[in-house]
Amino acid sequence: MDLTSLTIPELRKKLQSGELRSREIVDQLATRIGAVDPKLKAYLHLDADKARAAADAANPALPLGGVPIAIKDVINVQGDPCTCASKILQGYTAPYDATVITKLREAGAVLMGRTNMDEFAMGSSTENSSWGSTRNPWDLDRIPGGSSGGSAAAVGGHEAFAALGTDTGGSIRQPAALCSCVGLKPTYGRVSRYGMVAFASSLDQIGTFTKTVEEAALLLEIIAGYDPRDNTSIDRPVPKYTASFGQGVKGLKLGVPKEYFIEGIDPEVEKAVRAAIDEYKKQGAEIVEVSLPHTQYAVAVYYIIATAECSANLARFDGVRYGKRAQNPKDILDLYGRTRAEGFGAEVKRRIILGTYVLSSGYYDAYYNRAQKVRHMIAEDFRLAFEKCDALLTPTSPTPAFKLGERTQDPLQMYLADIFTIAVNLAGICGVSIPCGFTSNKLPIGLQIIGPKWGEETMLRVAHAYEQATPWHKEKPPL
Amino acid sequence: MADSLPASESIDVSYVADLARLRLSPEEIATFQKQLGDVLGYVAQLKEVDVSHISLLGDADLKNRLRADEVRPSLSVEAALANAPKQENNLFVVPKIIE
Repeated sequence: MDLTSLTIPELRKKLQSGELRSREIVDQLATRIGAVDPKLKAYLHLDADKARAAADAANPALPLGGVPIAIKDVINVQGDPCTCASKILQGYTAPYDATVITKLREAGAVLMGRTNMDEFAMGSSTENSSWGSTRNPWDLDRIPGGSSGGSAAAVGGHEAFAALGTDTGGSIRQPAALCSCVGLKPTYGRVSRYGMVAFASSLDQIGTFTKTVEEAALLLEIIAGYDPRDNTSIDRPVPKYTASFGQGVKGLKLGVPKEYFIEGIDPEVEKAVRAAIDEYKKQGAEIVEVSLPHTQYAVAVYYIIATAECSANLARFDGVRYGKRAQNPKDILDLYGRTRAEGFGAEVKRRIILGTYVLSSGYYDAYYNRAQKVRHMIAEDFRLAFEKCDALLTPTSPTPAFKLGERTQDPLQMYLADIFTIAVNLAGICGVSIPCGFTSNKLPIGLQIIGPKWGEETMLRVAHAYEQATPWHKEKPPL
Repeated sequence: MADSLPASESIDVSYVADLARLRLSPEEIATFQKQLGDVLGYVAQLKEVDVSHISLLGDADLKNRLRADEVRPSLSVEAALANAPKQENNLFVVPKIIE
C-alpha cells in the first residue's frame, strides 16, 4: 500500500487503530525520497535514522503522534543543520528548538528532513539556494517557486506529508500554487517566529504546506499562539479552525479585486481563477467586485521595506559568533568584508546593498518613509475591502511555473512573480493558496483566498468548500 | 509594465557596499549597478503617490511590550560557543581591533 499519498487524518486513523506503526511511515517516506529526490532536490538534509528513533518513541494518541513533518532550512531544530541555503551558515548546528518545533514535538510529530529554499528566503524560484535548485514535481525543467520551494516540491511530490515554510512576500503561497499544494500564510503575529532566522521582521510569518485545507487547519491549531519569546506574537485564543468546515459559503460575501486581473496575467491562470469564482457563485456565495487601489505599488513598497529590514537583520552574519569566517583576516574590517563577500550569494548581496542604500543618510525619507506611508495605504485598502466582503479571491501567481534560468539575470522580472502575494504581507493579514486547476500542459494553478487580520477561520472554511467540490488536490504528479 | 519605467536612478554600489561591510568584486559592482538601477527606476513610481495626509505616528494598534528583567534559563556558554569559528577561554576570538 502506498502510504505517501495519504493525508494526515488518514495516517492518524491507521496509527491509532494500530494498523500502522510510525516507523513504517518513515520507512516508506524515506524510500520515496530516495527514489524521487535525486530528481526534485527538495531536501538539503535528511537523517532517516533519527526520524525512525523519533517514530518509535511517538505516542499515536497525540494530535500529530508519529506523523513526519519536513522543515524549511530557515527554522532551528536542535541538533540539525540550519543553513538557510547559505554558504555563510555551512556547518552550523542549531543549538536550540524554534517555538514551532517545540510545539510540533509536543504534538508528537516526527521531524524529518530540512527543505531547500532561496538563500535566506530571498527569491521566488529556489534558484538562489547555494546548494542547487529544486525542481517542480510537475515539470522537472521548471522552478517550484520560492522561497520555500523545497517544502512545496516535497509536499507536491508526495515526499512529505506536510512541511513548514516561511512567507515574507509570498514564499509559501506562490510555491504552493506552482506545485499544486495548499500553502497557508497566517496573520502576522499568529505564529511565533522565535528560532526562525529573520529576513524582514515586519513581514515574515511561519506557515504550512499540506495536501489539503483540513491539514493546514490542523497544523495551524498546533503551531499558532502567543509566545513570550516573540514579542510580535499576539495573545489571542487559537480557534478550532475546522469547526466551521462543512457550513459551506452560502451567505458569505466573496470579493474579487479588479486590480488583480491585470494585463500580463497568463490567460489559462485567469480562466481557472474565474472558473473558481463561478464555483463559489454556484455554491451560493455572493460575489462582489472590490477595489484595492494601491495594489500596483505593493512590489515597489516591498522591495524598499524588505531590503531595509534584511540589511539590518543580516548584519549579524559577521564571521564572529557562528558560521563561516574568511581565512587569515588582516584586521576586523577585512574579516567582516571578506566573510560576507564569500558567504553570501548574489541575491542576498543585492538586497543588502539596496536596503543599506534606502536607509542611508539623505535617502531615508525619500525611500523608506515614503514606502512605509504607502504600505499604510495598502493596509487601508484591505480594511475597507473587508467592510464589503468576508474574504477575497485572486490568482496566487500571475503565471504558472517558469523554466529554470528564465529570470535569474533579471531581478526585477523575478520580483514581479510575487505581485499578487506581497500586499498580504504588507498589510499583515492572512492568505492561503489552494489548487484550482492545471494549464493545458499540466502545470498547476493556484487560487489565493485572502482574509482580514485573524480571519483564518472563515478563510479556511471558504478554501475547504471549494476543495470539497473539485478534484485538483487529488492529482499526483507523474514522477 | 517595464517599458513605462522612469530612467535609472544612480546608486553608488561601491560606497554602499562599504557601509554594509561587503567586499565586492569589480564585476559584481558593475552588475549590481545596472540591476539595482533598474529596481530603483521601478521603485520611483512611489513618487506619484500623494502621501501628504499619512502620518506614521499614533497607530492605535501599537504599544510597547515590556517584561520584567529577570534571569531565565538560556543557552549554556558551551552551546553558545559551539558554532564559533574561533574561541578561547569561553570567549569569541577576533583579530586585534585596537593597536
